[in-house]
Amino acid sequence: MALLEVRNLVKHFPVRGGLLNRVQGSVHAVNGVSFDIKRGETLGVVGESGCGKSTLGKTVIRLHEPTSGSIRLEGQDITSLGPREMMPFRRKMQIIFQDPYSSLNPRLTINGHIREAVRFHGVADAGSIDDCVDDILLKVGLRPEAKHKYPHEFSGGQRQRIGIARALSVRPELVVADEPVSALDVSIQAQVLNLLTDLKQEFGLTMMFISHDLKVIEHFCDRILVMYLGYVVEELHAEDLDEQARHPYTRALLGANPVDDPDERRPLTVLQGDVPSPYEPPSGCPFVTRCPLAMVRCRQEMPPLEPKEPDGHPAACWAVEPKSAPAD
Amino acid sequence: MTNRPDTRSRGLQPPEQEVGRGGGFQPRDGRPKAVLEVRRLTTRFRTDDGVVTAVDDVSFDVLAGETLGIVGESGCGKTVTSKSIMRLLPEHIASYGEHSEVRFDGVNILRADSRQMRRIRGDKIAMIFQEPMTSLNPVFTVGWQIDEALRYHTNLSRRERRERTIEMLRLVEIPNPERRIGQYPHQLSGGMRQRVMIAMALCCEPDVLIADEPTTALDVTIQAQILDLMSSLKEKLGTAIMLITHNLGVVAQVCDRVLVMYAGRVIEQGCVREIFHAPQHPYTQALLESIPKHGARRSRTHKLPTIRGIVPSLRHLPAGCRFNDRCTYCQQRCIDEEPELIERGLPRPVRCHFPLNQALASADHAKGER
Repeated sequence: MALLEVRNLVKHFPVRGGLLNRVQGSVHAVNGVSFDIKRGETLGVVGESGCGKSTLGKTVIRLHEPTSGSIRLEGQDITSLGPREMMPFRRKMQIIFQDPYSSLNPRLTINGHIREAVRFHGVADAGSIDDCVDDILLKVGLRPEAKHKYPHEFSGGQRQRIGIARALSVRPELVVADEPVSALDVSIQAQVLNLLTDLKQEFGLTMMFISHDLKVIEHFCDRILVMYLGYVVEELHAEDLDEQARHPYTRALLGANPVDDPDERRPLTVLQGDVPSPYEPPSGCPFVTRCPLAMVRCRQEMPPLEPKEPDGHPAACWAVEPKSAPAD
Repeated sequence: MTNRPDTRSRGLQPPEQEVGRGGGFQPRDGRPKAVLEVRRLTTRFRTDDGVVTAVDDVSFDVLAGETLGIVGESGCGKTVTSKSIMRLLPEHIASYGEHSEVRFDGVNILRADSRQMRRIRGDKIAMIFQEPMTSLNPVFTVGWQIDEALRYHTNLSRRERRERTIEMLRLVEIPNPERRIGQYPHQLSGGMRQRVMIAMALCCEPDVLIADEPTTALDVTIQAQILDLMSSLKEKLGTAIMLITHNLGVVAQVCDRVLVMYAGRVIEQGCVREIFHAPQHPYTQALLESIPKHGARRSRTHKLPTIRGIVPSLRHLPAGCRFNDRCTYCQQRCIDEEPELIERGLPRPVRCHFPLNQALASADHAKGER
């Protein structure tokens, strides 16, 4: 059984305005997304800004209320549990935020941050809370003395470690990491990624790793969901990304990534135009306005997310033909 | 310092700008002349806790028609370098070193008066910024903001300026430029705004374009569009570009030469192929290794090579080499004395007592660029 099962998850944000502040429309942030995460697996979610990847992550752990669809954690439906019933599940699902500056309270010491989480969820009894805090700080590579300091006394990378310590202090089953390294410098990014790799092993974590950086996703994750305008357009294993990716959007993301080798220069632009607004999504396939393979059918009908070959991975595209013969 | 008044008469294309126009960057045959010479640039800030030296003794040239990349992590001084060149730093707290010079067209920019600076800034040297959201004025139309540079720097009539503005928007591949010039920044997407910034910067055909993290705030497919646009404009207009970035992939794709900075110092300098294939400074090498490589995934537990520690604070720099506390090759000499940025028989300057890849670097250098 998968640890997390998400079925047809939809999240629309109402847009209000006008004289009586009526709902005038809605931003279609997440449109019917389904996926599983197996225990111990790391699922990567990749896409450009506005594709709904962060909303998906936050809706899955119910920081946003889903509009429709279902979320099951360890087999139990948590989609519509009330605040009190949700409490034990809140401990099991934690999030690491992107911005290590705004996600820590500037008036609370590090001890305060972690102690609050540990005590609230009853992970440790009053006598052992201090040991618990020291222990988790050591695990994320900070000295226990650091707990008496305030967030502004730390660098960006250290703050991200604090965010990780806070999330892991309550022994979660599932961790949603929302762009955890995007705000960090290259050398610090590698340190934090390695730390997450270690902790994943040590705690046996299941992770949902959200990023816009395909290289980071490919390095860190087992399986990848590619999102575009609130839809999952392709789902594949990280090892298959380079050779097996079929959807034109995934191929475009791969092509637009600047390769760090001056001998491999090439024109990078694959896609014209911008991502359409999720407030007024195009009809048919969401990618139709920028797709190099767009056909008439793409404008009319949303392609289903299904495998193109019997043993292939799912991709949502009309234009991708099944491979007739095995690739040579 | 010589503080020669700028006596040049104002024309759209002075004859001396013809050099290097149209052609790309050719580092070996017919060495292009330097359009901008930075010599011993030191920039200090007076702060409440004393003086901080953000840029320390930095020298380099920007050659006509080339793309020079300046790479480094946050706090290494790359943005302060570019803002010093533009004289955009608040001068009540920023001061420049005694021997610092930024020579452009016979003028030392660091000692130029505000009249001279107004002539250079936005006309001869233009700049685009990281945040296209905050660097456009929200209360004026896009057309007005591009027109502003033309109003100050040219004698064109109102109609000619309008035509030029539309032409510029077309050049940066904005659809429906006639309609777009009447729109406000909030009506444009991030990529469009960055295109407007580029149009604004290039409308007076500057000799040097300083691009400070121009694609960092953009999505990867939009970044690709902007990088391709900048390369094609460089070919068309022959503008030299100083590209400041922390993204090594971007550097590999678009730069001709690279300057690597660390803690306010230039630590290595060279052609892009030399820097990527035979880095001589341990920091450059470690930085290159720490990026996840595309297609190089080995196993679930595969670890990235990292640089230990963090970038030192400019207030508490380590004695000796500024990288010594994070360097895997650190020896006693690195703690005792700071290395100079000199060639010392090496093919190119590197600030290290024990440079790496020397044999490789010499071979690569001897083969010549491209």
